Amino acid sequence: MTATTTAPPVGGPTTGTTRKPGGVPTRFLPVIATFVVFVATFGVGSVRYEGFASGQVVANLFIDNAFLIVLAVGMTFVILTGGIDLSVGSVVALSTMIAAAMLRSGWPAWLTVLAVLAAGSVLGLAMGWVIHRFGVQPFIVTLAGMFLARGLCFVISVESVSIKDATFRDLATGTVELPGGVTITYGVVIALAAVLAAVYVLHLTRFGRTVYAVGGSESSARLMGLATGRVKIGVYVISGFCSALAGLLFSLYMLSGYSLHAVGMELDAIAAVVVGGSLLSGGVGFVIGSVVGVLVLGTIQTLISFEGTLSSWWTKIVIGALLLAFIVLQRVIVRRT
Amino acid sequence: MTKNRLLWPALALVALLLVNVVVTPSFFALRMQDGALFGSLVDILRNGAPTLLIALGMTLVIATRGIDLSVGAVAAIAGAVTCTHIASGGNAWVGMGLALVLCAVLGLWNGFLVSVLGIQPIIATLVLMTAGRGIAMLITEGQIITVNSDSYRQVGAGFVVLPIAILISLAVLGLVALTTRKTALGMLIESVGVNPEASRLAGVRARTIIWTVYVFAALCAGIAGLMISSNVSAADANSAGLWIEMDAILAVVIGGTSLAGGRYSLTGTLLGALIIQTLTTTVYTAGIAPEITLVFKAVVVIAVCLLQAPVRIRVRRGVALR
Repeated sequence: MTATTTAPPVGGPTTGTTRKPGGVPTRFLPVIATFVVFVATFGVGSVRYEGFASGQVVANLFIDNAFLIVLAVGMTFVILTGGIDLSVGSVVALSTMIAAAMLRSGWPAWLTVLAVLAAGSVLGLAMGWVIHRFGVQPFIVTLAGMFLARGLCFVISVESVSIKDATFRDLATGTVELPGGVTITYGVVIALAAVLAAVYVLHLTRFGRTVYAVGGSESSARLMGLATGRVKIGVYVISGFCSALAGLLFSLYMLSGYSLHAVGMELDAIAAVVVGGSLLSGGVGFVIGSVVGVLVLGTIQTLISFEGTLSSWWTKIVIGALLLAFIVLQRVIVRRT
Repeated sequence: MTKNRLLWPALALVALLLVNVVVTPSFFALRMQDGALFGSLVDILRNGAPTLLIALGMTLVIATRGIDLSVGAVAAIAGAVTCTHIASGGNAWVGMGLALVLCAVLGLWNGFLVSVLGIQPIIATLVLMTAGRGIAMLITEGQIITVNSDSYRQVGAGFVVLPIAILISLAVLGLVALTTRKTALGMLIESVGVNPEASRLAGVRARTIIWTVYVFAALCAGIAGLMISSNVSAADANSAGLWIEMDAILAVVIGGTSLAGGRYSLTGTLLGALIIQTLTTTVYTAGIAPEITLVFKAVVVIAVCLLQAPVRIRVRRGVALR
C-alpha cells in the first residue's frame, strides 16, 4: 500500500465524494431519488386518471408553481450556506401588496416592478447584515423579518387590493405557445430564467463556490481567505430578491395584493429544498433538485385535485411523509460516506 | 451573570407596562367579581398562559441545542382529539386524557427522530409541523367542532380567583424549576446541550434526556392546546395554535436562552412570554390596529437580540481567532 502515483479513478470527482466503480457520485443520489419520486407520483397519476399524462398537465405544474420555484431557488442559496430564511412567505405577501398599492395609485408598471425587487433585496440585505455583523441566529433574524414583512402588509392595507393595471393584466393573461399545442405563461419563462441564472451563479462563479465552502465549514472557508461575510450577506439578498420576484409572479397569478397571501409558503419552499436533496446543515445540494422538489409537491397537489375530494389535509400528511422519507434517505447516505 | 442577562428583558417589560399606564391610567386596577379577579393584568396572564406553557417546554428543548417546530400542530391535535371525543358523547376528562397520551406519543416520535436517527431537530420537527395540522384536520374531518361541556370549559376559561389556565402554567413552571434546579437534571440537560457526545462519554444518558425534553415539550403543547380550544369551546384544526411555536421561540430567546444550547433561564422565559403578551395587549389598548402588532414584535425581537448579542460575539470571535 504505497500511496505513490496511483492514477485517480477515471472521471472520478475531485471534491471528496465517494463513488463505487461505475456508480454515480453519492452527492447526486438524493437528486436522482427526488426525480424518481417525481416520475413515480406522476406515473401513479397517469395510470389512475385519463388525460393526466399530457404535456399541458406538466406545463400547468410549472404555471401553478412558478412562484414556488423562484422561492425555492433563493432558499437553496441560503440553505447551502447552512442558514435558513423564514421570511420568504411574508415577503411574497408584502411584494403583492406593494405592487397592488403602487399600481392603484397610478405608478407605471416598470417602476413598480423595480420598487418591489428593491424592497425585497433591501430587506434581505438588512437581515443578512444583522446575521453576519451581530452573529444572531438566522432563524431568529428571519423570524423577525417574517413578522416585520407581514406586519407591513397590514400597514399598507388590511383589505385585498385588486390589480387593474393593463401591463400586469397583459403579462398575466399572455401565453407562450410551445410545440405540441402546450401553452405556458410568462411567469414560467421568468421562473426558468431565474433557475438558469442560479445554476450559473452557483456552479460557474467564485460567489457560488464560496457558498458551498461556507456551508461546508465556515471557519475553514474564512481561514482560506474567502469572503465569507460578503457571501453570507449575499445569499440573504438573493433570497430577498427571489422572494420579491416570486411575489411579483404571485401577484400576476392572483392579480391582487393581500396581506394573507402565501401564509406558510416558507415551509413549502423549505420542504421543496429538503425533498430536492439539500442538507439543512449546508454545503450539499443543487438548485435543480429544489426545482424537482417543487414539482413533486405540485404533483401531489394535482393528484389530490384530480381525486376530487378537496381534502387538503391529505396533501399536508403526504408532504410530511415525503419529507420524512427524504431526511431518512439522506441520513443513510451521509452515514455511509 | 444571570442577573445581567435578565436585565434588558426585565426593563423592556417594565417599559411596556409604563406605556400602558400612561395610555390607560386604570391599567393596574383589579377588581373582584364572583370570587374571581378581573383586570388588564389578569387578562395578560390568561391570554399568555398557553404561550408560557409551550415556551417552558421549548426552553428545555432549546437547552439541549434542539428546537421544536411542531408544538403548534400538536396543540391543534390535542384540541381536535378532545373536542371530537366530547362531541361524540364522551367524557371531557377522558377526552383530555386521550389527547395528552397522543401528545406524549408525538413527543416520543420527535425524540426518536432527533436522538435515535440523529436528524437535525429543526427538520425532524418540521415533519410533524407539516403533517400535524393535516392529522388534526383528519381527526375533525376538516370541520370546526364546537362542544358544550362545562368541565372542559374550565381549563381555558375557568377561574379559581385567578384564571385556571394561568394557575396550570405557573404550576408547570414551578414543577420544572424544582426538578431542574433542585436535582441534577438541569445540569445534565445543559451538558447535553453543550456537547451530547462528551456527555454520553461522561456517563450521561444523552439519548434519554433528549427524548424526555421532546416528550415534555409535546405534553406542554398538548395542555396549551386544550386551553386554547377550551377557551372558545371549539377545535379549529387550521388556526388553533397557529404561529404559537414562533411566539414560544421568541419568548425563550428574549429571555436570554441561547439557541446554541447549553444554558437556559426559566425566569427569562417567563419574562419573555410576558413581554410578548403585554406587547400585544399594549397595541390593543393604545388603539393601534391589531394587525400591526407583528411590526412591533419584529422590532422588539431585533432590539432585544442586538442588545444581548455584541458582547457574546466579541468573546466568541476572540476565541475562534486564537
